[in-house]
Amino acid sequence: MFPVYLPVLILLIVASAVALGMFTATSLAGPKKPTPEKMLPYESGSNTTGASHLRMSVKFYLTAILFVVFDIEAVFLYPWASLFRELGWFGFVEMLLFLTILGVTLVYAWKKGALEWEK
Amino acid sequence: MDISGHILAALLKILFIIAVVVGAFAPMLVWAERRQSAMIQDRVGPRRAHIPLPRGVVGLFRASLKPMEAGVFLSFFAAGLAILTLVLMGLFGIETVAGQDAETFYLAVIGFGIAGVLLRLGHKLHKGIVDSGGKLALLGLLHPAADAVKMIFKEDFTPPKADKFLFSIAPIITVIPAIISFAVIPFADTLYLEYWDQVVPRDGEIIATAVPMQVASLNVGILFIFAAAGTGVIGAAVGGYASDNKFSLMGGIRAASQMVSYEVALGLTIVPCFMIYDSLRLEDMAAWQHEHGWWGFFIPPLTIASILYLFAAIAETKRIPFDVPEGESELVGGYLTEYSGMKFGMFFTGEFIEVVVLAALAVVLFFGGWDVPFLYRSGFDLPGTWELTVPMTEWVITDQFLLQHWAVLLIQVLFFLFKVVVLMWLQLMIRWTLPRFRYDQLMQLCWKGLLPLSLINILVTGILVLLWT
Repeated sequence: MFPVYLPVLILLIVASAVALGMFTATSLAGPKKPTPEKMLPYESGSNTTGASHLRMSVKFYLTAILFVVFDIEAVFLYPWASLFRELGWFGFVEMLLFLTILGVTLVYAWKKGALEWEK
Repeated sequence: MDISGHILAALLKILFIIAVVVGAFAPMLVWAERRQSAMIQDRVGPRRAHIPLPRGVVGLFRASLKPMEAGVFLSFFAAGLAILTLVLMGLFGIETVAGQDAETFYLAVIGFGIAGVLLRLGHKLHKGIVDSGGKLALLGLLHPAADAVKMIFKEDFTPPKADKFLFSIAPIITVIPAIISFAVIPFADTLYLEYWDQVVPRDGEIIATAVPMQVASLNVGILFIFAAAGTGVIGAAVGGYASDNKFSLMGGIRAASQMVSYEVALGLTIVPCFMIYDSLRLEDMAAWQHEHGWWGFFIPPLTIASILYLFAAIAETKRIPFDVPEGESELVGGYLTEYSGMKFGMFFTGEFIEVVVLAALAVVLFFGGWDVPFLYRSGFDLPGTWELTVPMTEWVITDQFLLQHWAVLLIQVLFFLFKVVVLMWLQLMIRWTLPRFRYDQLMQLCWKGLLPLSLINILVTGILVLLWT
């Protein structure tokens, strides 16, 4: 029996070789002439103030949490969708219930303003 | 087939994919994007890169112009004469002219016609080279190559306060997943090794060594693409985080947030495909569309799914109009700000390859994959049953045209690549037509638009499929 993932491994090796080749080529061929000005973080010419690691809006964290919720939903949907015809109406109603609960989640997040970015 | 045969086949397919995608499609996209923007904005565009030809060769080209012009004229004149002869033969019922029958004159028309067109093209090429003073520019096609060489020799800069390891690894993480996503995309029907130079019977089981025309036939199928694409998020996020620059950090966080949001939407928009095709394997999906003679795009729920998919796919590649993570008017270059040289180029290579992957995936899911209308395993079979006899000859054209196995596969591969190119061109046109979205609009399009719509589409598809069967 031929291992089906072996070609993927070969492709991974080839892709890594391509990426590393590009990377090494530029590291070796590119000149390095650092000047004090060049070493500053680029901020369109104005002087840097404060640390570069600034605090980000909490919206990004909310998006990340919503992503976890809905990506797991997608993970649950995939096996259902591929066995959909065998499960028939029973499976459909079950999935309808599941999606309704998640729909309520989305509506709740929406009403709470988790999807608004202007404020 | 033994294991070394399998490995050899896998290597050949990988070579094909790398050559087509990295070697041809990505540079073609760069070229098309820059040339087309130049055409839209009425600029000359990037076409200065050229190979200078020695003066002697240019002299030869110049000397060849006149004879070629005469050759074009003579070829078309001869083809015209042959057509005239055929018409006269038909009108007066003459069997042979100068000892030649009508078949010879048909061949003459085709032969001289092709010769004339080829000479005309050659003349145009030579004239272009002579007019520009010996520069072989090839429509500016050399420019992507010149770009790559330039990027390799640019200063390779790492900000002193940056996290060196993460900063270096980010571009690599962007390129690798983009390439390996191709592992499960089928680009032709199964190859039956023993039937290589024979006509495969159209129906029934075939007992032969079957080689799937995709790198790996995995049972998880499309999930593999999402696993690989999900890894691509890390490249942009890590690159922005490691750069020690406010613009980079903001760009990286925007990129991560946008890509994960649209990954959810992308994953949900294509669920109706699994329900209709009843499989997660991409080769089964293409085969389903081939057997039913009906591309997914023309099945109503999938028409909606394909439009939603297109939105989500363009947003997932972070390209205009969804390029807020690198929007130059707000963030300089976003997570790319501190990158230079080929490291900068690698992010773009990854992005262009992702465009090709998503176009190829759309072709398999919605546009029949390698399916060519009226082409079956045994060859072409046009609708109806008919026969046409070419006047004055014994040649018969029928609705059936048998082809050898290799020719069928070759046509399928070429047609698949053609469809991919069309979809890539569509993405380019969108890029040059629409302005950039605001970040809040972008996120709301995903969470308030695509996500609920694709969920509703899944339910509607479910009801339709269950009512149907």
